[in-house]
Amino acid sequence: METVDVNHLQELLDSFANKDVYIHLETTNGSYASHFQEGFFNAGAFIRNVVIRYELGKVAGESPHRIGLKLPSGWIYAQGITHYTLDEHDRLLMAGLGPDGKLAVALEISETPFAY
Amino acid sequence: MMLQKERHVLVVFPHPDDESFGTAGTIAQYIEMGVPVTYACLTLGEMGRNLGNPPFANRETLPQIRKQELLGACDAMGLTDLRMMGLRDKTIEFEDPEKLVNMMTDLIEELHPSLVISFHPTLAVHPDHNATGVAVIEAMSRMPEADRPVLYMKAFDNDTLNQLGEPHVAHHTPNVADKKIAALRAHASQTVWMLPDMEKRWAANDKDALDWLYNEAFYIHEFK
Repeated sequence: METVDVNHLQELLDSFANKDVYIHLETTNGSYASHFQEGFFNAGAFIRNVVIRYELGKVAGESPHRIGLKLPSGWIYAQGITHYTLDEHDRLLMAGLGPDGKLAVALEISETPFAY
Repeated sequence: MMLQKERHVLVVFPHPDDESFGTAGTIAQYIEMGVPVTYACLTLGEMGRNLGNPPFANRETLPQIRKQELLGACDAMGLTDLRMMGLRDKTIEFEDPEKLVNMMTDLIEELHPSLVISFHPTLAVHPDHNATGVAVIEAMSRMPEADRPVLYMKAFDNDTLNQLGEPHVAHHTPNVADKKIAALRAHASQTVWMLPDMEKRWAANDKDALDWLYNEAFYIHEFK
């Protein structure tokens, strides 16, 4: 994973537009957050292998970046994206890694399903 | 406390590294005693947040990396019977409970262990840990009492001492500390943050750090 190059990431987002794509979207504080910090309100969300088709995808903001996908009748966005890669399966993997290197948010786009 | 000779020990945890943090010394000691040990690891820790810093993994490569780390940790402990059960990290509590109970029942019927080691059903902090403990207890509670193995549980919720008192079993395992450290090192994607600090404290004879390394405590589940 490399730190985000906005122009390159924008090109990659454009290349997946108007196609049926599989989405992985995740936010997390980690399951131990309220163990290490009592009273911490631990929230997160995770979807995987949901098929969508977006008409417009955009990188916004300075790092950490925001990524928004405009759907015909809806939206997907992820906030806090710092790293990305186009992997050997041509999947666009984006991640937000905190100062400790731990994943806080992930947004991934693929034309083929992600493994289970 | 000396470990009892067992017929077979079955360890059931959900994540690669769960076995190394609190049980690697115990596993290594049983293996050195000639007791067969099976580790059933329910997931590959696919949802772990640690990807290296700078990142050497991503969400999609992490399962294979953690699988290799798990194999390395088992080698370090001398464990040869590893079962990877194919569930997904962070989803154990959402699985069909009967599917989980049947998984545990099948393992116990096949291996006929005299001791099972797993997590406490409410005081093991991670939802996957607790759900694993619930399934193990349910499977064992359905067995005839005479056939039922002993069940040791790991519990580390902040309220554990308050609710359960002192652990019932404390294994002293300094003779296999090198194997436990090697197992922890094998899980590099999870332990690279804590090990350098721990190694310094061990080298400085820090009492708490050495206690953590040399002693492994368990609660015995009482079936009603």
